[in-house]
Amino acid sequence: MEIKRGSRLRNFHQAKWDEEIIFELSNEGERGILPPETDSDIVESVGGVSSLLPKNMIRQLPPNLPEVGQMRVLKHFLRLSQQNLGADLNIDIGQGTCTIKYNPKINEQIARSQKAAEIHPFQDEDSVQGALQIFHQMDLFFREISGMDRFTLQPSSGSHAIMVMASIVQKYHQVRNQEQRDEVITTIFSHPSDAAAVAVKGYKIITIYPDEDGFPAIEALKKAVSDRTAALFITNPEDIGIFNPRIDEFTRIVHDAGGLCCYDQANANGILGITRAKEAGFDMCFFNLHKTFGAPHGCGGPASGALGVVKQLEQFLPVPIVDYDGKKYFFRFDLPNTIGKVRSFWGVFPVILKSYAWIMSLGSEGLKEVAEIAVLNNNYLLKKITEIDGADSPFKGGKRRIEQVRYTWEKLYEETGVDTHDITCRMCDFGFHLWSSHHPFIVPQPFTIEPTESYSKAELDEYLDGLRHVVEEARKEPELVKSAPHKSVVHKIDESWFDDPEKWAVTWRAYLKKHRLKKKKSCEDK
Amino acid sequence: MKSCGLIINPIAGMGGSVGLKGTDGQQILKRAIEMGATPRSEERARCCLMVLSKIKDEIELVTPRGSMGEDLALECGFKPTVIGEIARGMTSAEDTIRTARLMKTSGVDIILFAGGDGTARDIYTAVGRSITVLGIPAGVKIQSAVFARNPVQAGEIAMLYLKGRITTHVEAEVMDLCEQDYRRGILNGELFGYLKIPHERNRLQRLKEGSSKEEIYEQEAIAHHVIEGMSDDIIYVIGPGSTTSMIQKKLNIDFSLIGVDIIGQRTLIERDVCEADLIKRIEGRSAKLIITPIGGQGFILGRGNQQISPYVVRKIGKENIIIISTIQKINRLHARPLLVDTGDSDLDEYLSGYYRIVTGYHREIIYRVAS
Repeated sequence: MEIKRGSRLRNFHQAKWDEEIIFELSNEGERGILPPETDSDIVESVGGVSSLLPKNMIRQLPPNLPEVGQMRVLKHFLRLSQQNLGADLNIDIGQGTCTIKYNPKINEQIARSQKAAEIHPFQDEDSVQGALQIFHQMDLFFREISGMDRFTLQPSSGSHAIMVMASIVQKYHQVRNQEQRDEVITTIFSHPSDAAAVAVKGYKIITIYPDEDGFPAIEALKKAVSDRTAALFITNPEDIGIFNPRIDEFTRIVHDAGGLCCYDQANANGILGITRAKEAGFDMCFFNLHKTFGAPHGCGGPASGALGVVKQLEQFLPVPIVDYDGKKYFFRFDLPNTIGKVRSFWGVFPVILKSYAWIMSLGSEGLKEVAEIAVLNNNYLLKKITEIDGADSPFKGGKRRIEQVRYTWEKLYEETGVDTHDITCRMCDFGFHLWSSHHPFIVPQPFTIEPTESYSKAELDEYLDGLRHVVEEARKEPELVKSAPHKSVVHKIDESWFDDPEKWAVTWRAYLKKHRLKKKKSCEDK
Repeated sequence: MKSCGLIINPIAGMGGSVGLKGTDGQQILKRAIEMGATPRSEERARCCLMVLSKIKDEIELVTPRGSMGEDLALECGFKPTVIGEIARGMTSAEDTIRTARLMKTSGVDIILFAGGDGTARDIYTAVGRSITVLGIPAGVKIQSAVFARNPVQAGEIAMLYLKGRITTHVEAEVMDLCEQDYRRGILNGELFGYLKIPHERNRLQRLKEGSSKEEIYEQEAIAHHVIEGMSDDIIYVIGPGSTTSMIQKKLNIDFSLIGVDIIGQRTLIERDVCEADLIKRIEGRSAKLIITPIGGQGFILGRGNQQISPYVVRKIGKENIIIISTIQKINRLHARPLLVDTGDSDLDEYLSGYYRIVTGYHREIIYRVAS
């Protein structure tokens, strides 16, 4: 279908290199770099490199790594980089719940600077006072943002922070001889990790479903609590963008039953400077620095979760925590009921540094403005998207949303047979990323949009033109949409392999084992 | 070449528009026609066949003569293979059953049938679980879980199945209400059995929601959870369904898929009991009731398990009801509550409210039951 005159849609085409897997490029003996040989007089006096290594650490066979020349390696990765739609290329608002925002490039420079990149976690604390100061100041920032009394920056991700919260919950009840408390309550629209990472600690998971309004039901919570309740793990606003205004009632009910309240604030983008964990009655919370606080998310960079607790739970935090005595920053290991260390070393410093720079550049007014613009952008899109014939948002009831909305293509699907997956594939043809939302699948034909504060109205309008165009195509030329993508790196993939343990292969070795060798064997059999 | 059977029940759904709640039986049909009802199952089947016509040169379409399939197939550009003989004039349930049997013998890969619960029952009578089938929803009553959500979707699933893109199956319930009762306002759904349908997940769900294998793993996890919590001085009344019967499978004891069984101390006490047996067995004992939603609408009591009568439920007590369900089944309700319809409105009201529902090993949800 022709792009309408005046539409902001681009006549896009993705690069398609048909590039090999790097293992397929391997030629025996080919090298990218030849390091100089050790001087013979050095070898004479101290022996060769391998003679310096303990015998049991020298492997019998070299690792099976691809052997490729330098120029070919460069070409390989540049080609791959042209075959994706990263946050810096497209209008990346289609990955709702993930808070994909602009990550200022200057902060990458800061994290790469010699001063940051060349310090080592084994250095004496006297020689890394600057780094420790940043840890400490981040602790103070997050106390202000959340109302909690002490933060640790050790957890390496959001799910890791959830697991650490669960460890603290377990220790807390152990110390109080309440070990029969083996149930954790969550809601179905809290992030799925609130159930998954907690189950790792052996907890039974009780999940609350929403009522007709989309709020988790108070009556359901009352049914869930008992003397077995260890804690509540909850997201608010939930992953569908609805803020639960009775959250303080939730925390009160759980406290009355003897449980702790843990707040998943991985995504706090819509409530920075507006609501706080403390006032909602929580005992613990965490933030993803790689989501809300300006460091790249997911495969864009490493992660970090900042976890805070109220005063009475400080004794359980993982050690060490970073403290300041007015003169010096130092590590403290003397927490009486600490759950111990939860990772090697102290935290993911480059991410912490990028977030520190981001917060410092905005200040407290800036942080609040982030939330306000994110909410404004989101409600602009809510209005525009629900005006598209075929799209809707469940649990509407006149409610405004916070930072994201889970929408549905159900009507469009009923009318045209074009489903949410088809639309995500067709959006690629115009250089847009759209995904179909994660678990749970209560909302039929779902998609989740989260515009954050980063995008201008012009860009949001461009994205809207994309949605409108594809919906029009779905009505006029459904086959075109169902057979998309047409201008992307690959055509539609048969995803059923992802479900089949006999076929899936997440490594090259597994691929060879499951597919190449099998093929060879079946040829031999013939 | 893959082959696809198509059976249209040309009169299905006619009673709905004129408020007759179905077309089971010749007299009702006559009345429906007198009241101005028009056939709609052909229209529904057309939507499905239009989708399937994209691969019309790659498959063989097998249909009965005339209005039960041939006419529409020709109209949609197929060159159908006509099978069997249909009596002139009004078609009947016997035509459906006879044709489905013929299709099975001739080895079709899937039978698509357009109709309602009554038609599904006829198909079940004819072929049971021996071959793959799929319903195109065209009837007034659709309680059974063997239908696609809409005709277009039925066409898509059939196409994917015939192309070999869907290779797994699920067993889905065949339910039917007694139409006479239904007309008097009484809903008396019975569970007739299970048909084998292609495991439908739209392309999204295929990736995220898990496969039919996973649904079986979930049933196993639920069974282990329930068995772990069993006590030797309690007897367990186990309602019908594939989710509940997994408990007996895991205990290596006999079970009835569509009946009510009683077990105690992890052994079978009695299989496929009626209400009277049930009352005798639970009298003066502490008992728990294990039930799962039946059919596509989310009924836990009053559909397909009427042996568990209001008296029995009262005797066992609300607090001793254990509801189990795979999460897929819950999610397919799209946030609607589970339902009870015991025929005793006081009891229904008493049973309404929030329950813990076992959805896996050490996994429960809090979900609402309404009357």
